[in-house]
Amino acid sequence: MSDVVEKTLTALPSLLSLDSQPGSAKLSSNSKLGNLIRGITELTSKHEEEKLIQRELLLIKEQVSSPNTTMRQMKELMVRAIYCEMLGYGVSFSYIHAIKLAQQGNVLEKRVYLAVSLFLNEGHELLLLLVNTVLKDLQSTNLIEVCMALTVVSQMFPKDMIPAILPLVEEKLNHPREIIRRKAVLALYKFYLIAPNQVQHIHNKFRKALCDKDPGVMSASLHIYLQLIQENPEGYKDLAPSFVTILKQVVGGKLPMDFNYHSVPAPWLQIHLLRILSLLGKNDQTSEIMYEILDESLRRAEMNHNITYILYECVKCIYTIHPKSGLLEKAAKCIGNFVLSPKINLKYLLKALTYVVQQDPKLALQHQMTIIECLDHSDLIIKRETLELLFRITNDQNVTVIVEKMLDFLRISEDDHTTIDLVGKVAELAEYAPDNEWFIDTMNTVFSLGGDLLQPDIPNSFLKLLSEFDSVEEDKKLRLFAVNSYISLLQGDSSKLPQRFLQVICWVLGEYSHLREDLEPGVVVRLLAKLLDMKSSSSETKCWVLMAMTKLCPGGAALALVHDVSETYSSSLDTMLRQRAQELQILSQDSELQAKVLPRSASMEPVEVDSSLSFLDGFVSEALAAGAAPYKPPHQRQEELSRSKLNLEPYGLSLPISISSCSITDRQSPTLLSISSGLSGDSTDFSHKGSTALKLDGVKRLWGRDGYLAQKEQTEEAPRIEAASAVRSADQLGDNNALNSQTPNPTPSPECDQEKQQLASSLFVGLASQSTPAELSALSHSKVTLLFSKQNLDVSACHVQKEDSVVLVVFISNCSDSFLHQIRLQVDSEELETEEYGAMWLAFSHDTKQNLTLIHDGRDPLAATLDVLKRKLQLHVVEIIVEAIVACCLQQDQPCLMHCRMHAGMLAVWLRSPVPDLPDCLLYCCQ
Amino acid sequence: MLRFLLLFNRQGKLRLQKWFVPTSDRERKKVIRDMIMLVLPRQPRTCNFLRWKDLKIVYKRYASLYFCAGLEEQDNELLALEVLHRYVELLDKYFGNVCELDIIFNFEKAYFILDEFLMGGEVLETSKFAVNVSMEQADTLQETMEEYMSKPAY
Repeated sequence: MSDVVEKTLTALPSLLSLDSQPGSAKLSSNSKLGNLIRGITELTSKHEEEKLIQRELLLIKEQVSSPNTTMRQMKELMVRAIYCEMLGYGVSFSYIHAIKLAQQGNVLEKRVYLAVSLFLNEGHELLLLLVNTVLKDLQSTNLIEVCMALTVVSQMFPKDMIPAILPLVEEKLNHPREIIRRKAVLALYKFYLIAPNQVQHIHNKFRKALCDKDPGVMSASLHIYLQLIQENPEGYKDLAPSFVTILKQVVGGKLPMDFNYHSVPAPWLQIHLLRILSLLGKNDQTSEIMYEILDESLRRAEMNHNITYILYECVKCIYTIHPKSGLLEKAAKCIGNFVLSPKINLKYLLKALTYVVQQDPKLALQHQMTIIECLDHSDLIIKRETLELLFRITNDQNVTVIVEKMLDFLRISEDDHTTIDLVGKVAELAEYAPDNEWFIDTMNTVFSLGGDLLQPDIPNSFLKLLSEFDSVEEDKKLRLFAVNSYISLLQGDSSKLPQRFLQVICWVLGEYSHLREDLEPGVVVRLLAKLLDMKSSSSETKCWVLMAMTKLCPGGAALALVHDVSETYSSSLDTMLRQRAQELQILSQDSELQAKVLPRSASMEPVEVDSSLSFLDGFVSEALAAGAAPYKPPHQRQEELSRSKLNLEPYGLSLPISISSCSITDRQSPTLLSISSGLSGDSTDFSHKGSTALKLDGVKRLWGRDGYLAQKEQTEEAPRIEAASAVRSADQLGDNNALNSQTPNPTPSPECDQEKQQLASSLFVGLASQSTPAELSALSHSKVTLLFSKQNLDVSACHVQKEDSVVLVVFISNCSDSFLHQIRLQVDSEELETEEYGAMWLAFSHDTKQNLTLIHDGRDPLAATLDVLKRKLQLHVVEIIVEAIVACCLQQDQPCLMHCRMHAGMLAVWLRSPVPDLPDCLLYCCQ
Repeated sequence: MLRFLLLFNRQGKLRLQKWFVPTSDRERKKVIRDMIMLVLPRQPRTCNFLRWKDLKIVYKRYASLYFCAGLEEQDNELLALEVLHRYVELLDKYFGNVCELDIIFNFEKAYFILDEFLMGGEVLETSKFAVNVSMEQADTLQETMEEYMSKPAY
């Protein structure tokens, strides 16, 4: 009897609760979920699993819709539904039940919110049904209900319903419990992310949260501030000292022990603060107050080897803010430790070297052997990061080696995204091409590897480059080479070539195959016709083929082929194709018309386009008469926008950092890239390629200043060594060992090592720092920026700090060995017409705006100011139109355009130039 | 900010999924498939970071389970590893020497812990103690309510 009682008693708990015991880790042996999971694990095939789940889902469906199911059973059903959904089966029928449960349930069922948040996405129509429940729960006096409501609100809430609950969430910022305040802050952060304009009015409450007595609430508010500061760093400069103080307290261990993570005080908070500081200190003098604390956290993080994440963030911050030499050195050392570390995760941080490279390329040279090793690393990810680094130190002396490495990687990479990215980079780098053959070959590889994933702008810019080359002779050679290479490609197996590549080939052959005199147009046409017959050719490619044929206009036997082709396609279903075929048909019969429509000699001249769109005048006047608003050019609209806001912040002197820092963070555009290589002291002009004297010059400076004088000879020879003598290689062995003793990595074998050495010297060639005059080295100065170089002369600029002022120094340096007898610097102004000005204005990308005060000396203030500017800057006034003046100044071959406009007693000036630093320098002079 | 957090085992079975930004079903399936394909074949002693489209992927293996998080461009990868580690510690504290089975059978608990730890993709509470307290409170409430409900009404 007692036995029976005992058995009943032991069975009781499992009868009462269908679920596992909360808090216990024990598996509930007889819960339905447990059975389901066990059932699935016993199955052997996917098919069986599918059957089982379908059966299970049917059961769940039946039970949830039955009115007799209790709340608790419902909850259990939801858990099973979540599980099925996780396995990838659709359980949309249960969504409505989850919401219903959340609506009617008491506290016990509130955890069903979880099911809702897992099932439904932002924007799901059923979410609207939830708004009321959330509202009710937010007003609840039960802490846990409020917590859950806030959690669900931050996970998914319909955008348009935010105003309904916003006041309630705002109210929670004053809640006595810190956990609620913290969740409320994060919920508001989430609202800010999805609908920034709706939380604008509570910005001062964010400040209150920042000053909250609980550190948890304060750290939650940093999320919002990080976001706000990212969008508008100027507006929060005043908070910088507060952030510094907070960081000081955190680093100093003033927070409660609760916030420690493995004896590191609040690492998440620290990282947030460091990121905020780097945003605030970027290009700004406020950086000064940060130096001390950065130094301190760097020191503390270094003491404990585990906290590399703080070190890494510190280093990033130090390189972003206004530079300080002492800190930079420490940061560089820190990165050096990362790179040399045996830990693979720290090797990955190799990319941090990019920061170093931007500041001082010489430091990268210290790590060249490590970089080479990473380049051959078995982990593809490390390899890829290394290529990223190399991409940033490319100049026209090491471009061939780096591109070769990238192409090698591309051949083994399988990831589409990586391929697209790298192909883009190679195409960018290809513009450093040392010669035509290399350029065309590289682009061929790019096109065939990139396949049809290629960004469409790559073939476009390639064709553009081909069609508008500067010198006629070079030009012809390049095109001829392209034609030759494409003909031989088509003669081979062309069925494997990607469509984009085929299109490029068609265009080039159509335009330029006449350059090769021994080539019959008929041969080309026959090759092209082969493409039409291929099954893989898309109809777009076929259009390109037909267009190329139209341009070629052959005679003789090929004419019949052309007729056949046009005949076939003129009845095609594709309208584009049909049109091209018709064109071909007509133009091939009428050679006179063909010569008129597609004049061969003038193919390089731009087609005349009526850019003023005068043929639309009638339409415009009609629209104006009907009450439409007159057109405003974009800059005018911009100005009207900016007029509404007053800029009270002083402008920082930010010329050099802006360049370096933006090239650190962003993926580089080709223009940025060329600057950074310009910064790295590479004075070789494109037109001077091949002049060895210049190349050696760059190398010599690099090694001379770096203390690696022993390597000097070797590096100079490096580019040629690969092809040349073994005797010389034997000579270098001694040098190699000398360098290897500096790196802690063991040398595998001299031969292998030498290969690496050669690779290193060909990779890092031309990475020297800009030399500065001796007079400058005594004063503290910002980074020297190369404005432009001509032949052996560099014109550079930098800010120099004198005792009580900052001066902009522009200096000319002679980078060749020969003495210059006479330098005549002349700042020329060329006469420009308004139309030319307009065209140039659109072509130049680097835009700077500044407001200047007008000079009042009794005359027309505009004229007076202009006169002064004219004298100072060697301006040349192009035209004065009513209130807007167009002025332009040209410095040597680097023009800078200026556009002025008067308003509100100020002179607003826009400067544009192809040289990014020129406007900055000029603006500086204007002040 | 974290974009998503996935837990899957060595056989590629998904154990937990959390999306911090709205993601469509199709996109979710694609991400899950890609992550499993990317992470599982990784050799030991390779680095814990990957790139996938414009995201940084940080993963770490704990026993038979892979924890895999997707991060945005400007996030600190090393810190994300610590986020994963802290989550494991929290699970460990709650379940007491956590194993994959705990997460399989009590996955809703794992979700609750995650909700206390991360909110909207950002770290909310880093203290092991505090997370545990709020978990316990919620659990106790649930227990008492269950008890209360199961009592016969007099």
